[in-house]
Amino acid sequence: MKSVFLLEAFSVACFVLLNQVTAKNSEDIRCKCICPPYRDIEGQIYKQNVSLKDCNCLHVVEPMPVDGKDVEAYCLRCECKFEERSSATIKVTIIMYLSILGLLLLYMVYLTLLEPMLKRRLFGHSQLIQSDDDVGQPFANAHNVLSHSHSRPNMLNKVEHAQQRWRRQVQEQRKSVFDRHVVLS
Amino acid sequence: RRRMENPGYRSGSVDSLRHRPSDVVVEDDDDDDEMVDIAGATLDFSNTDDDPPLGSGEYFVERGSRAGSMSGAGPGRLVDPLEDPLPGKSKDRDRHREIANKSRQSTVALLHSVSDAFSGWLLMLLVGLMSGALAGGIDIAAHWLTDMKEGLCLVGFWFNHEHCCWTSNETTFQERDRCPQWQSWAEIMTGTSEGALAYFVNYLMFLVWALLFALLAVTLVRAFAPYACGSGIPEIKTILSGFIIRGYLGKWTLIIKTITLVLAVSSGLSLGKEGPLVHVACCCANILCHLFTKYRKNEAKRREVLSAAAAVGVSVAFGAPIGGVLFSLEEVSYYFPLKTLWRSFFAALVAAFTLRSINPFGNSRLVLFYVEFHAPWHLVELGPFILLGIFGGLWGALFIRANIAWCRIRKSTRLGHYPVTEVLVVTALTGMLAYPNSYTRMGGAELISELFNDCSLLDSSQLCGYKQSNSTSGAGVGNGLADRPAGVGLYAALWQLALALVFKMMITVITFGMKVPSGLFIPSMAVGAIAGRLLGVGMEQLAYYNHDSAIFRGWCSPGADCITPGLYAMVGAAACLGGVTRMTVSLVVIMFELTGGLEYIVPLMAATMTSKWVADAFGREGIYEAHIRLNGYPFLEPKEEFQHSSLTADVMRPRRSDPPLAVLTQEGMTVEEVEALVESTHYSGFPVVVSQDSHRLVGFVLRRDLLISIDNARKRQEGVVGASQVVFTEHSPAPADDAPPPLRLRGIVDLSPFTVTDHTPMDITVDIFRKLGLRQCLVTKLLGIITKKDILKHMANDCQQRPRLHPLQL
Repeated sequence: MKSVFLLEAFSVACFVLLNQVTAKNSEDIRCKCICPPYRDIEGQIYKQNVSLKDCNCLHVVEPMPVDGKDVEAYCLRCECKFEERSSATIKVTIIMYLSILGLLLLYMVYLTLLEPMLKRRLFGHSQLIQSDDDVGQPFANAHNVLSHSHSRPNMLNKVEHAQQRWRRQVQEQRKSVFDRHVVLS
Repeated sequence: RRRMENPGYRSGSVDSLRHRPSDVVVEDDDDDDEMVDIAGATLDFSNTDDDPPLGSGEYFVERGSRAGSMSGAGPGRLVDPLEDPLPGKSKDRDRHREIANKSRQSTVALLHSVSDAFSGWLLMLLVGLMSGALAGGIDIAAHWLTDMKEGLCLVGFWFNHEHCCWTSNETTFQERDRCPQWQSWAEIMTGTSEGALAYFVNYLMFLVWALLFALLAVTLVRAFAPYACGSGIPEIKTILSGFIIRGYLGKWTLIIKTITLVLAVSSGLSLGKEGPLVHVACCCANILCHLFTKYRKNEAKRREVLSAAAAVGVSVAFGAPIGGVLFSLEEVSYYFPLKTLWRSFFAALVAAFTLRSINPFGNSRLVLFYVEFHAPWHLVELGPFILLGIFGGLWGALFIRANIAWCRIRKSTRLGHYPVTEVLVVTALTGMLAYPNSYTRMGGAELISELFNDCSLLDSSQLCGYKQSNSTSGAGVGNGLADRPAGVGLYAALWQLALALVFKMMITVITFGMKVPSGLFIPSMAVGAIAGRLLGVGMEQLAYYNHDSAIFRGWCSPGADCITPGLYAMVGAAACLGGVTRMTVSLVVIMFELTGGLEYIVPLMAATMTSKWVADAFGREGIYEAHIRLNGYPFLEPKEEFQHSSLTADVMRPRRSDPPLAVLTQEGMTVEEVEALVESTHYSGFPVVVSQDSHRLVGFVLRRDLLISIDNARKRQEGVVGASQVVFTEHSPAPADDAPPPLRLRGIVDLSPFTVTDHTPMDITVDIFRKLGLRQCLVTKLLGIITKKDILKHMANDCQQRPRLHPLQL
């Protein structure tokens, strides 16, 4: 548990630090000026990659659609905002999310489909006793595998032991939430 | 032992709560779930509301035997918070006193004491960081996945629509989100972007993606962490009131809740992510508590951390740290000492700061619908605001009734047997009906943001489709605009909004409570915002066309911007949310933190108060309390009142027809007799009295402890057999030579149970139960008296007092 937790903490810390430490992509800052319709000029949006000090109408609105005297009146209506984002953060987040989602899906497929097949091949049909209401549910073999694991008192056994216990817990949770509706109706 | 129906069981966890000497030592498997979850049994409610706590529950035996494991506990471990806030605090005070005394001895001990004091703050910092980071990740992923239903970004698939077009120069004033880098599915698949075929393809892809996301969400929840569904706030309220739900705040629940929350929100369902974010924050806090010994072992302090975590959850959801703390105080927590207030605020700030630095919205805003206008409002507008409050209250009461009825149907009929199908059907229904209307197609937060927006010259959305006035030269400089007549665009928007209102009102009833993570705040606020905006636009048009009438003449001259429909939307959102959840001060503070100003406090308060009064007229429970009651959690509602006054004597047991109270005497009973007594009754605890004749109270002993100790003693202690005497006193007489050795069980007796007299009014007794979090209370006769002066004298003498000698040291 501690190792999983440390891994989690590490990844969270990485995530936060990455955000700060990543070199700012020049594409990631912009100044966006929105200018409403003025006389016969249509409304326009102007964007440029300038820094905060240059983020005003005069620097960003190019080409200026009005002439000298009207520039001030035009610019008064425009609103310029400085925005920045971190595309690296977005990329990292999305990729992390997709990978975790993919891993979970694979694990789920493994638990529901592959593991019963593997166990059946390893232990033969006769050893598996499945109760009727467990058929088709994930983790149906949780109780059975426990009995086969006495022979190897090592790390693998411990992991498997923990996994079986976790599956039983999930089964109990599933029963209370989905079947008997006593929690979280 | 009788083996009873046991759907719940405990797989031999170490009871971290009780460190009494006679406890069984279980093989301390490094079960990560044990460490991460709050210890306790899974819950089973096989009894109805009428059973008193003392008689409730059944005795479970663990299915399948494991050597040395403890027998299952009573139903859902109702941790007596009495053993925690007060004795738990006194345990903590003892520990603290010890450290403080030792700290004078060496530098190491001093450092230890300093680090102990700071561990609380360090924990809060970590909770804030982790929750902020997770919330930022959830926001970014949810935005991306939501836009995935509509199209794909060609320059980098990880960009959502807004970020894809971020650098593009092809965005125009009218079409702010059109750019060649972002292509809708119709464009990608068929090459066209207009026309019936394109619409059809987009519609189909929208539905396909929505169904896929919903399917993934519900299967993941079902496969890995069934506790991750729903909102989480009712269960967290129950946990904070002392009840333990094992596994509810575990790491699998955290992972699955985070992942499936994104999927559920992106699938277009009418739900929000605020409630689940509170759950996520509490899971983070629970997991991080295990780093610190001080919090790992002490349930009371852990609950304080959970209260702070609830504040953090709301703080990252809305970007409102103060509102989050007040929400935790008002809605979620049962016991909220002042120290927790300060620490919650710190944690909420850290989380808000972390979220800001991750910057999920690209413009340093914490929430999508931050409001920036500061237009003034006039007293006459209080009328429509109160109207919105009434609407909010009515909507709240109606929603609660409808939702509870639907959830009850789900609980008791066959509908509940098909959760996956239900989710898919609701998603399909939502998708099919939501897509044609552009206001329901966009997500809840975006809808609210658009409705809160005050129309200025810079906006080109349909909702700002007013008829342009011709005098653009003089007036209209800056962003403020005069009230204008509605144009075609606005009328179209209005009827679409009306349809959206009806749709959202109905679909949220069946969506909340499904087996995916679902929150309530955003849909309620959306309903209120739509209603408010409609009313606001109505008022605006009324003011424009009737500016000569008596109501408007004084303050609304033509050409001035008097009515701000965005403000009405905001007030409507607050009213509806208040009507559903019955939040008061926390709601107002959240809303004014969203707007960044105190100008709108009065309208918000007027609407919130009206909405609460109207909703309370129909039923006193908010949605979370209603769900608690629906699920039958043992939660004493702090807001209930009695209709008839009665005395404790009327409610206490044994009543006239009951058998006499089952008591244990402090000596004179044998092990066999005790076991027989315990097995013949269902009580979870027994008072210990001096003798059968004089029922003077000695203490209270829990059934579980008794059985475990006897079991333990039989196995490990020499000579203890059925005929051994059980003694609860400090000094027992030496046994006769041929008699078996006695079993001393003083250690498991709680020597300070709470008592009331038989003539205490029930109101006071219930108050005592609520405030102290009791599970049972004994009714006694008089022995002595302690006054406040005695206590003050005792406290004054404390520094000169000798340490109380432990009986064993005598």
